[in-house]
Amino acid sequence: MHLSRLLILSLLIGLITLLPIGVVMSYLIYPESAIWQHLWAYVLPEIISNTAILLLGTGVVSAALGIALAWLTACHEFPLRRFFNWALILPLAMPAYVTAFVDIGLFDFTGPVQTFIRHHFGEGIWFPPIRSTPGVIMVMSLSLYPYVYLLCRNAFLSQGARITEAGQLLGLTRNKAFWRLALPMARPWIVGGVIVVLMETLADFGTMSVFNFDTFTTAIYKSWFGLFSLSAAAQLASLLVIVVFGLLIAEQYFAGRKRYHTPLKNMSPRFTLHGRTKWLALIFCSSILLFAFILPLLQLIYWSAQVFTQDFDERYPQFIWHTVLLASVSAGLVVAAALCLALTARTYPNRWFKAWGRLATLGYAVPGSVLAVGIFIPVAAADTYLINFFNAQFGWQGHSSFLRGTLFIMLLALMVRFMAPGFNSIETGLQRITKNQEDAAKGMGLFGWQLLRRIHLPLLKTSLFSAALLVFVDTMKEMPITLMTRPFGWDTLAVRVFEMTSEGQWDRAALPALGIVLVGLLPVFLLSRHQEN
Amino acid sequence: MLKAFLQNSVKSLAIFSIFMPLAVHAGVDEVVVYSARNEQLIKPLFDAYTKQTGTVVRFVTDKEGPLLERLKAEGSNTPADVLITVDAGNLWQAANSGLLQRLDSTIIQTNIPAHLRDPQNLWTGLSVRARTIFFNPKKVDAKSLTTYEDLAKPEWKGRLCLRTSKKVYNQSLVAMLIEEHGEAQTEQIVKGWVQNLATDVFPDDTKLLESIAAGQCDVGIANTYYFGRIVDKKPNFNVKLFWANKGQKGVHVNISGAGITKHAKNSVGAKKLIEWLSSKDAQNLFTDKDMEFPANPAIAADPVLAGWGSFKQNLINVNKAGERQSAAVKLMDRAGYK
Amino acid sequence: MSNHLQVAQASHFYQQKSTFQNLSFSLETGKIACLLGSSGCGKTTILRCIAGFEPIQSGQILIADQLLSSPAKVVPPHLRQIGMVFQDYALFPHLSVGKNIAFGLHQLAATARQKIVDEMLELVRLKGSSDVYPHELSGGQQQRVALARALAIRPQLLLLDEPFSNLDVELRERLSIEVRDILKARNMTAILVTHDQHEAFAIADEVGVMNEGRIVQWDSPYSLYHEPANRFVADFIGEGTFLPGTVVSHNQIRIELGIVPSRMNPDCCVGCTVQVLIRPDDIIHNDQSPVQARVTQRAFRGAEFLYTLELDSGAKILSLVPSHHNHQIGEKIGIQLEIDHVIAFKKSST
Repeated sequence: MHLSRLLILSLLIGLITLLPIGVVMSYLIYPESAIWQHLWAYVLPEIISNTAILLLGTGVVSAALGIALAWLTACHEFPLRRFFNWALILPLAMPAYVTAFVDIGLFDFTGPVQTFIRHHFGEGIWFPPIRSTPGVIMVMSLSLYPYVYLLCRNAFLSQGARITEAGQLLGLTRNKAFWRLALPMARPWIVGGVIVVLMETLADFGTMSVFNFDTFTTAIYKSWFGLFSLSAAAQLASLLVIVVFGLLIAEQYFAGRKRYHTPLKNMSPRFTLHGRTKWLALIFCSSILLFAFILPLLQLIYWSAQVFTQDFDERYPQFIWHTVLLASVSAGLVVAAALCLALTARTYPNRWFKAWGRLATLGYAVPGSVLAVGIFIPVAAADTYLINFFNAQFGWQGHSSFLRGTLFIMLLALMVRFMAPGFNSIETGLQRITKNQEDAAKGMGLFGWQLLRRIHLPLLKTSLFSAALLVFVDTMKEMPITLMTRPFGWDTLAVRVFEMTSEGQWDRAALPALGIVLVGLLPVFLLSRHQEN
Repeated sequence: MLKAFLQNSVKSLAIFSIFMPLAVHAGVDEVVVYSARNEQLIKPLFDAYTKQTGTVVRFVTDKEGPLLERLKAEGSNTPADVLITVDAGNLWQAANSGLLQRLDSTIIQTNIPAHLRDPQNLWTGLSVRARTIFFNPKKVDAKSLTTYEDLAKPEWKGRLCLRTSKKVYNQSLVAMLIEEHGEAQTEQIVKGWVQNLATDVFPDDTKLLESIAAGQCDVGIANTYYFGRIVDKKPNFNVKLFWANKGQKGVHVNISGAGITKHAKNSVGAKKLIEWLSSKDAQNLFTDKDMEFPANPAIAADPVLAGWGSFKQNLINVNKAGERQSAAVKLMDRAGYK
Repeated sequence: MSNHLQVAQASHFYQQKSTFQNLSFSLETGKIACLLGSSGCGKTTILRCIAGFEPIQSGQILIADQLLSSPAKVVPPHLRQIGMVFQDYALFPHLSVGKNIAFGLHQLAATARQKIVDEMLELVRLKGSSDVYPHELSGGQQQRVALARALAIRPQLLLLDEPFSNLDVELRERLSIEVRDILKARNMTAILVTHDQHEAFAIADEVGVMNEGRIVQWDSPYSLYHEPANRFVADFIGEGTFLPGTVVSHNQIRIELGIVPSRMNPDCCVGCTVQVLIRPDDIIHNDQSPVQARVTQRAFRGAEFLYTLELDSGAKILSLVPSHHNHQIGEKIGIQLEIDHVIAFKKSST
């Protein structure tokens, strides 16, 4: 009886998240052949190869960064480890296009680095161009590695040290034990993180605009804004969705029957680094943090200081409050929904329910504005129906919206968008709970809500926190859906950033962007304090 | 268990309903605006309007694409009375999609020149954005500059900087070139531009201008207000403005403009607002903050802008920018202009 | 037989706090030792030092006369040829049972590996489970796989860290004996660490009782029970209570229940007060006895009741009585002493 409530809730959540995607995909019914011919001949070949290279590069580099940093901070002791433990998550709070803009500004022809070189060494010295494919990959990886880092760290914290010791006593050096044991055992976490990275890369438009790098998503926007065809854009987006869904299913298929978590009672202590390795670790962590967060932050502070008196007005506390409110409620909602889906997949270990959970995450791979339209159309239609209904039944006049412009719809829309980071984090966390533990609890008479509260939730704490954090920062950086669904006069910091950057006023955008970063520090701190306990 | 669940649900719904806005309009006269023009530019304007007339202006900002889709989805239930965009192409598209109604107003017809208004009177321009040639005075003699089209000539090889074709301002420029010269010739011109590029195209005009100053390229095409912003901060900026196509049809201009939505609830108020925006009370307010030119020729531009000298506006109706935009985008793809 | 394992004057510090100091013990080949103590006494750290995961700040650790750990040098764990069964088994969940067991045998050819895997599976009575995955096994089975994996590499020493603490109480004693049999069959030298004395007694030849980083007594289980060296060990091992007594002669002490024989510490002279250890099996039920005590608590243990009795003076003693003598709380029952000798400590001795 209690379990079937879970099922119904999951079905409902899945339907809500799939509806906008369904709307987007409905455009497939009438293909715009004129536009497709043009795209096929002149646009698609290059963007497909670009997108593939971008995905491959970003996937590999962000995974390498995330894994290496997680391994270091989870299982080793070196100077400032405690600081890096949480600080390495900070790039999440920095919107990727800000990092892109700052790094390009630093290293481009007109930037300080190259200008300095030209002054002192004359013209003609070659400098690696930042506006290039490797440049995009580097910047995206610096922005997105925290997804892998966060999930991977959970894996290594819970079993990395102990497994390495077991491996050592079976004849492996620490190094070999990492490659042959710790790393393979972290596979689900790594894959979970990389999937989120890839989806976000696919859907990214802001960073690609700053780099002017042509990807599938830029083609989508070209079709929509340039060729005035939302249908072509939606058709392209649908293709994207299908490909992503295929990849998700493939990944699930290959995961197979293996388990990757061994229930450990307590952690082995960290391995202390000495000598050269100690300093290398320190330098490595510092450099990543520097380029991914500190340099952009300094640039933001510098710009904000210049425009502060001009732009900081009495509405700013309101913007900050709106941002925090939206992000935290969204995080709570998405985590609850994701937990529901993940638990269903686990309770009914059936391919279809696993696939259902995966389907619900697809909103993450759809470019933001397209998804926003996909959300808006059914909402507007529902509103029209409701208005006509109430008008006919009760003679209510003058209402122009019931659903539009409410926080309720905003939150549902954000849930559609950000299910992926929430779900992936929780799903990998559920792997920690063994069937034995569940059965033991059921044997003691716990089931349904009680089982959840007393067994699952405590064991899932870390994953739930990670999930909440990811959704929080993603929400506060989000623009298209916020723009389209917000009530009149209800702005967040992200909206302020939009106002400034749409006319290229990056220095004025620095003030709200800095606000976003500072707001993002809050959950990162909370998460880090929770982790250390 | 079920009872608790129901109680919780009712509680949550109650909380959510607090967020529901009061959708019933108060008795105060108000106009609702959907604007792609940014908040910091329009809010002072609307505040001034409210102060002057007492009419409240509620507005929401977003990119044009989503705004148009929003209007389409809302249909007859849209609260929007006015649509404001920052380029002609999107106004054309809005009209083309049946989202605007006729804006018959003698005031507007008097204030705004014909080439800046829709021939079918569905929308009007309110400010002018000029897109012209900029150059490095140390490397380029102003006498060697003539037209946009000539920048495709071989003598400019390796010296040209352009902004990306994805930005609507370049799409409008190429659209106008197509209107003037036809597709075949325009494609040759654009191909010539691409061959002359000194470096990859830039995502924004500011970076482009800075590149000219730093010497990465000698000449480029940008909107004047970006130039204005830089010069405002760096008076000794090493880039000069050149009004293009003096001997031909003149400088390519685009508009920021407005129209009344088809299902406006307050079309009278909407018309009044747009008329006010075209009048001398508002024109400077509309344009000065952003260093644009007033669409109303009777209004003097900001002195800084006047300091750049007068220029001839290309008088082809700006709606062609929208009509030809799709062809322009495809053309640029074919020519390899990213 | 030579001393296979030698720990000499070893000390370990962590963040200025001492984990253990001046620890010394040795173990002969084929013997099973147990370090027994409550959590925090340092026993697991010693194991980790022997395994090579932690350094020692003073002293030496040698196996077969080869120096493994000293403040100057630490042989890395992968070269020590030591096996370990962790408290939570630490089986590799993504590998099958067979692959887990074969993990340490990578330098052998495939056929040789398989032979050993089969041998180990047979040894721990899990024949045929080679392709099963760890999560598909019960706790007890997983523990046996962990044991097999550790033994497969033919270690010169086996370490076991609270190996039974994850299992049901009923399983523990049975498995303790099984593990002991397996180890003895292979003449394996082993050290077990636990807080559970029943495990210690079932599996070990020698037991070291630890308290706050020191070995308080190192002896056979029997001796620990019957001849605890001090009050701490007496309290820790087995059950019992202390009754005040007076020394009457060099081998007799008077307590409330009468005169008892004792093996005295010659330190204490006639007339001094001592604490006498009375174990539950020292008090038997006797309806005819004039000495009566009131039942204040009772614990049913199947074959016996463990009664907590209150004497007239108010002192409490424990008595293990066959369970067909079913008495209620508050009842008075007759008891008598049945003692060979008692252990007594001076009042302040620990």
